[in-house]
Amino acid sequence: MAPPRLYKTEAIVLRQRKLGESDRILTLHTPAYGKLDAKAKGVRKTTSRMAGHLQPLNRCMVQLARGRTMEVVAGCETLESFQRLREELERLSRALYAAELADRFLPERVESVTTYRLLLETLRRLQGDTDLDLVLRYYEMRLLELSGFRPELERCLGCDQPLQPQPNFFSPAGGGTYCPPCGAGAAGSRRLSVNGLKVLRLLQRASYKEVGRLNMASALAQEVERNLRSYIVYMLERDVNAAAFVERLRREQQPLEV
Amino acid sequence: MIRLIEEFHKLPGVGPKSAQRLTYYLLRMPAAEARALAEAILEVKERITFCSTCQNVTDANPCRICASDRRDRGMICVVEEPLDILALERSGSYQGVYHVLHGAISPMDGIGPEDLKIEELLGRLHSNEVAEVILATNPNLEGEATAMYLTRLMRPLSVKVTRLARGLPVGGDLEYADDVTLTRAMEGRQEVQE
Repeated sequence: MAPPRLYKTEAIVLRQRKLGESDRILTLHTPAYGKLDAKAKGVRKTTSRMAGHLQPLNRCMVQLARGRTMEVVAGCETLESFQRLREELERLSRALYAAELADRFLPERVESVTTYRLLLETLRRLQGDTDLDLVLRYYEMRLLELSGFRPELERCLGCDQPLQPQPNFFSPAGGGTYCPPCGAGAAGSRRLSVNGLKVLRLLQRASYKEVGRLNMASALAQEVERNLRSYIVYMLERDVNAAAFVERLRREQQPLEV
Repeated sequence: MIRLIEEFHKLPGVGPKSAQRLTYYLLRMPAAEARALAEAILEVKERITFCSTCQNVTDANPCRICASDRRDRGMICVVEEPLDILALERSGSYQGVYHVLHGAISPMDGIGPEDLKIEELLGRLHSNEVAEVILATNPNLEGEATAMYLTRLMRPLSVKVTRLARGLPVGGDLEYADDVTLTRAMEGRQEVQE
């Protein structure tokens, strides 16, 4: 459905880039109109009334005017500013990662209430929960599912037999799991432990309420993260930029010796 | 002429029509002025370097601010871009020295701490000369992330780290302010002096 000439919608600001002297182009995720770019005029001046409302990761009510090439933001008001996300680097870096994934996976201007709700819930969880990485794993799996990239985790992609409770293989290029005989030869496949597979299946099937009770040892958490990440990178055909910063912060948790 | 038009077209914000207009303007310009412009461009490229201390762009090393004996070397004001120094100098309200990061951390664009002049900043803090580091990165998401990251790096050092106040801009409107700005303004309120 083509939006009217001037319309109002809720939106989460995914990212922004500079344009010209004092403007910015924002990438917004709206529920009814999907992902779209909008020009915000004059928001780099200190006297801009809109600048503070249009910071990345803000949820706001925006008034958009349809332009020739892209919408122009006519007005906006913050609905939720996620202040705690902005005050802690661990939370902020992961929220940016979530926003970047949404930006990369979503097509432009296709209605997407489900991913909007998922992103919003994820930002709220990143603001309040303690196991931030688990929040991201659940988000990754749900986003893959909602955008049509659900990995196969029940059967072997080679021989179509149900997987046995033994170390199997996971291959991003194949699109999911392989049993040991098939997996050894599959392109880019990696060993997947019994528990690793269990966690991936849980992420795929369970609600966040159930997933949130998980308490993984760090080796297992790393295995799950590595597999999901390699799958995402394969599907996107590119790296996720924000992941590097998340990893750097994790490495530097000990203060640097200067 | 086509070559000149193409060269102009490479500049940011200059489209094909503007490039043609500029070229025709230059064509009608007195030779002396055209030569002055050409020399200025060459000189910028040949003589301007980064100051080895503060990383600002300069034609002398160390730059004039770092070399001046009227500046307080106990204070370093950390900014994102050289243009930020111009703005601060225009205000005339700061007498310390600067450090230019040449950017801000922007995880989504793949700009990490390693792309900024952070090592150079930490190197300057080795000597006990510096008492205070003022973080003057932009009050937007990238600037805040950079400030938080630097704060974390400098926490183990015995140096006072401050952040420029964030709040209502002069000439702004309270009713249009967003929650974050208002919260910061409220936190940073000051007693009215008689």
